[in-house]
Amino acid sequence: MTALGRGLLAAAMVTLPFWLADPYYLHVVIMAGIFGVLALSLNLLLGYAGQLSLGHAAFFGIGAYTSALLTLKREWSFWPALAAAIALAAAAGWIIGRLALKLRGAYFVLVTISFAGVISLVSVNWIELTNGPLGLPGVPAPDLGPWSLRTKAAYYYLVLAAVALSYAVCRRLVRSRIGRAFVALRENEPLAESIGVDVTHYLVLAAVVSAAMAGLGGSLYAHYTRFVSPEVFLFTYTVTMVIMVVAGGKGTLAGPLVGAVLFTALPEALRLAASWQWQMLAYGSLLVLLVFFLPRGIVPQIVASFSGHPRSAPTSRTPLQ
Amino acid sequence: MTLAVSDLAVSFGGVTALDGVSFTVRPGSITSIIGPNGAGKTTAFNAITGYLQPTAGRINYDGAALTGLRPSAIARRGVVRTFQRTSVFPSLSVADNVLTGLHLSSTAGFLDVLVRRRWLVLEESSLHTDVEEIIGFVGLGHRRDEMASTLPYGEQRLVELALALAARPRVLLLDEPGAGMTGAEKTVVSGLIRQVREQGVTILLVEHDMRMVMGISDTVIVLNHGRVIAEGTPGEIQAHPDVIRAYLGAPRGAA
Repeated sequence: MTALGRGLLAAAMVTLPFWLADPYYLHVVIMAGIFGVLALSLNLLLGYAGQLSLGHAAFFGIGAYTSALLTLKREWSFWPALAAAIALAAAAGWIIGRLALKLRGAYFVLVTISFAGVISLVSVNWIELTNGPLGLPGVPAPDLGPWSLRTKAAYYYLVLAAVALSYAVCRRLVRSRIGRAFVALRENEPLAESIGVDVTHYLVLAAVVSAAMAGLGGSLYAHYTRFVSPEVFLFTYTVTMVIMVVAGGKGTLAGPLVGAVLFTALPEALRLAASWQWQMLAYGSLLVLLVFFLPRGIVPQIVASFSGHPRSAPTSRTPLQ
Repeated sequence: MTLAVSDLAVSFGGVTALDGVSFTVRPGSITSIIGPNGAGKTTAFNAITGYLQPTAGRINYDGAALTGLRPSAIARRGVVRTFQRTSVFPSLSVADNVLTGLHLSSTAGFLDVLVRRRWLVLEESSLHTDVEEIIGFVGLGHRRDEMASTLPYGEQRLVELALALAARPRVLLLDEPGAGMTGAEKTVVSGLIRQVREQGVTILLVEHDMRMVMGISDTVIVLNHGRVIAEGTPGEIQAHPDVIRAYLGAPRGAA
């Protein structure tokens, strides 16, 4: 993207609540932002380090519950609760990262699914703590100094900052020797080891950073919807994240964000355009077409067709799985 | 600086792949391991570089044990290998392959990267200088931006060599670097191996091409059925009766 394009995009993002005042549209944009953080997070693990986690909703849910419980039951304010949500999700990521070392491929995928299942069962059954399936209503809206971030416009800026922060973290990591080590593990693990890449260190690091970011997304979600229930652990959330990353372009920086915007807006657009029987059918068909015609994802396809000669950072290519 | 293998044994279930193998690799030499298929050459490489835990025996480099270390830790100590089957980072360009290979030449940790320390710029730019130097050395300058998996076979082997060199080896273990190459490409690889040695890198080579082995080696070690059956200069090995028997079978009338 040119400097002009980037400037225009930044200006549009910063002024968005002024020209998109409709609360419904603003809601869709905020959800797209939260999913943007989640998709960026999954992309680190899936797109760069090459590990498919199908339990990513667990980190999201851990972040949401931690933040909700600390603000509701311990009356913490939002910011320390957010930090705790990130830290606890990161700790869960560490456990999953250690497991990834022992189990690869299909076994790792199964373990991540089971992990999310177990955490979900805890949230349903530990009723004294989590209120079970009834969930936790009344999660407070965050404050920033004297200002409350209760309005959608204010919350939009909080989410925008989180997306920008997550993107910056991903970008710095990916364009460093750390990102190159992630990609080396994805591309050819024995070869990566032969040139001195410490598999343990980098797999665990990828999992911890990814989980921490998902925890951030979870906390933002909890304080936005003001309600947390075991539904945050639903497999649908994980699948949505995977679709966003794969369709947008895994192993690219912009891909997950493009995917998050598209696949948050698409169900809403379909809801306006079609009766409910047709919504999922249209969603599914579009997904099949997308994977069929743009197998590498939207962003790599655009980059390839505009430059004609795609080359740049080690990360801008299609990962071979 | 000597790589010493003593009493190395590896067995897979009931099958003994290596059975009490001992040899030392003299610093600065080109040493080749030859032997019929299944003699245990690649198994020895895998054991030395930590891809395989030996059943018994010790591997020492520079006075310290390599046995039990992970491959990445062994590479960090300067013992770097290549693979028998072509092994590159397929979807990265040649330049990015080598840049990734320079992992050990850089030091930035997670927090350094996160806060973007100022010296990172210097480190990255010195890495890029190294990339150009290494690509030039193996003669892939014209391919630097091409995806490694799209290169012809012989050039992919050169990428592999460039990757290993990027890890700054002190001992370089090459597993059949000439396999599948044309005669002309083999001559190029032999020349590169000699030049690497002249820079002070010890070379341990597994190779089937006898012309290449006899042309560049200082010492040749012959393995057969998991044991060392001969060791000596190329001239001595070519005349060694046990070696001739291992390769060609017993002479007529002797059995």
